[in-house]
Amino acid sequence: MPLTTRRVLRTVESRTGGASPLARALRYVFPDHWTFLFGEIAMYTFLILVATGTYLALFFEPSTAHVVYHGAYAPLRGTEMTKAYASAVNLSFEVQAGLLIRQVHHWAADVFLAAITVHLMRIFFTGAFRKPRDINYYVGLTMLVLAVIEGYVGYSLLDDLLSGMGLAIGNAVALSIPVVGGQLGTLLWGGRFPGAPDFFSRLFFVHVFVFPILIGTLMAVHLALIATPHHTQFRGRGRTERNVVGTPMWPAYALRSLGLFFATAAVLFALGGLVQINPIWQWGPYEPYLGTNGAQPDWHLGWLIGALRLMPHFDLVIGNYTLIPNPFWGGVLFPGAVFGFLYLWPTIERRWTGDRRAHNLLDRPRDNPTRTAIGAAVFTLVATVFFAGAADRAFVQFGVPYEAQLWGYRALTVLAPIVVFFVTRWACRRLRDGGGHPARDSGAALVERPRESSGAAREPTVPAAFQDPGRG
Amino acid sequence: MRNLWRWLLAAIVLRKSKKTTVRREVELPASPRAETLTALLLFGAGLAGLAFVAIYAFDDANTQLLGASIAVALAFVAAALILAAAQVVPQETLEEPRPDFAGDVDGPKTGLSDGFSARQQRGVEEAALTLREGTDGVTRRRLLGAAGAAAGAGIGAAALAPLASLGPAVGDRLGASPWKAGVKLVEENGMPVKADDLAVGTFLTAFAQGADKEALATSLAVVRVRPEELELPADRADWAPEGILAFSKICTHAQCAISLFRYPLFQERSPGPALVCPCHYSTFNVLDGGKRIFGPAVRPLPQLPLRVEDGYLVAAGPLSGAVGASWGRVREED
Repeated sequence: MPLTTRRVLRTVESRTGGASPLARALRYVFPDHWTFLFGEIAMYTFLILVATGTYLALFFEPSTAHVVYHGAYAPLRGTEMTKAYASAVNLSFEVQAGLLIRQVHHWAADVFLAAITVHLMRIFFTGAFRKPRDINYYVGLTMLVLAVIEGYVGYSLLDDLLSGMGLAIGNAVALSIPVVGGQLGTLLWGGRFPGAPDFFSRLFFVHVFVFPILIGTLMAVHLALIATPHHTQFRGRGRTERNVVGTPMWPAYALRSLGLFFATAAVLFALGGLVQINPIWQWGPYEPYLGTNGAQPDWHLGWLIGALRLMPHFDLVIGNYTLIPNPFWGGVLFPGAVFGFLYLWPTIERRWTGDRRAHNLLDRPRDNPTRTAIGAAVFTLVATVFFAGAADRAFVQFGVPYEAQLWGYRALTVLAPIVVFFVTRWACRRLRDGGGHPARDSGAALVERPRESSGAAREPTVPAAFQDPGRG
Repeated sequence: MRNLWRWLLAAIVLRKSKKTTVRREVELPASPRAETLTALLLFGAGLAGLAFVAIYAFDDANTQLLGASIAVALAFVAAALILAAAQVVPQETLEEPRPDFAGDVDGPKTGLSDGFSARQQRGVEEAALTLREGTDGVTRRRLLGAAGAAAGAGIGAAALAPLASLGPAVGDRLGASPWKAGVKLVEENGMPVKADDLAVGTFLTAFAQGADKEALATSLAVVRVRPEELELPADRADWAPEGILAFSKICTHAQCAISLFRYPLFQERSPGPALVCPCHYSTFNVLDGGKRIFGPAVRPLPQLPLRVEDGYLVAAGPLSGAVGASWGRVREED
């Protein structure tokens, strides 16, 4: 066995000089912390998306040509529909394992966005976005923006009733962009909504080629920019700004991470097989004159439908010209402001604190109460708007009047972030100064507890060799 | 064999650690039980994978069984790998020196200049020098720079211009409508709409005869209320013969189809009859000609004046406003 290994390595080395980079890569150290896994889950989900998407693309036909359905699903027989929708229904019912792969793809898209979002929160609240990783933070944010659009384009492709309603709203949001909106909407759709026949084949190409290539390229850059300064790490014995302590790639980390890949895949395939998602045959084909109540987008667009619904009814009109139509506020300004905040935050923090140094040790959220409080407030704002998007479902389920909910949510979008800001800052300061948990310990214990004791107990065990006699 | 491999690695670590001491802690596991269990899990995964193939081979394979079998296979591999990582292979904690590009991790907080090492300083200087030397002897740098920028701007514009082929100029496309006096209302199957077929409280989707049903302005929401309920403005007094009203079916907020008609069963509790869009719940009063009473829409729903000819519904004029979402050239009304 080693003989064979050696032989392969010699072959590679003699042709590429790759043996010593490989040796280095095998020794690359990953600091151990469970919060580091979200980014890996996002990466693995992307691989599953590419694999399942490739399979789906073999069957899906992005055409607006009309056909009459005669397939396996009896309730739709005789219905006129586009080839796009008919091929999506056929691949669900008549392709062996087609429905499984379609549902895995859809679940994977939802998990992809969820993993990126939680990963982003980890990066934000631990200060991992600071120099030298600020560039990589922007790369990651850009992937999130692309992934949200990619998800939207993906479910818009199928031309079922829900996807068409989503596109109608998307077109209205495009039209609402000041000055250029009318031309932009007409350009992207190839005419007035619902658009030229070419629109769907373009949407398909964007979904299966342009965006995956962009996201994949940025992912490669992201990984390279992680490896160059090495991973961040939490404080702990033996861990300094100038080293990295943890499990090397080979063997344990590689096995663990591959295990995570298979676990992610197992969960996605279990969901795809056992939990129905987006049963397009129930919605029927889309026509611009058809709509349905209770329509909800995928979760990662929930904050945008919430914003569109919450916004009071006003346009910005100058003379005879509608400068800013209503959908702009919720569909462009709100997500623009949230992403603008995220893009600008490293600069804001650097200017504000005057801290321009590189940081390789992570903050715990409590270490920087103001940053944590601001992040929590922004997250609360987005979450409140997200839940406002589900007010109609809360009305159906619990009978709470929709109008009352809307006013409640409007008040909450203003009040909740303020309250969360002050509560978070207070809690972080107590934690930082006391070291205990405000919900678990009494105030007296908080004061008496020495700062290091509780923190050290939770830290990963570091071998005795690393123990720094100067601390603890 | 395993030892040999480890010695190789240790040698690399030692070689790399010439400059800085690299600390390393290895704990060798010896757990034949974990090895057996790992092997069993992997065999199990193989079996579950074969089960997937077997289920797939059946006609009309069951999606749940397919999903469950492949999920079990993947979960077994995951469990095997995680178990192997924890109990079969050496448990190792390694300290690696971290490249410090900025050299300022412990420096003063506000230090604006990076604390480069001599080697980094040299690298920066060398690169800068090489870049500068590349233009030694060039006398008209600014002219060349300006010319390069002009080339970039021209080619950039040329690269972007073909994007305009994607769609037509907006022109008056967003205002196109098939409705004018005399156009017949037809149902989805193409049959003309008979006024007497519509009972009070009815909601019907109608289209302009001969027009493309998918065009945005073609579809109408036709409803019937009792004529005495109507509160139409004076200039629309004759737009709703026999209490039959027609509105564009496309919401003026975000272009979803208005698919809900709220006709009151209990006058005391419900507000008047209204058309509701299911996307963002913009609600339009039908009695006063489509004014917004709730939701984010700003403009009223465009109303189509109707008349009855030989018992059939016919447009008596164009729609009262622009169909679809607002944009720059759509003026806010009332």
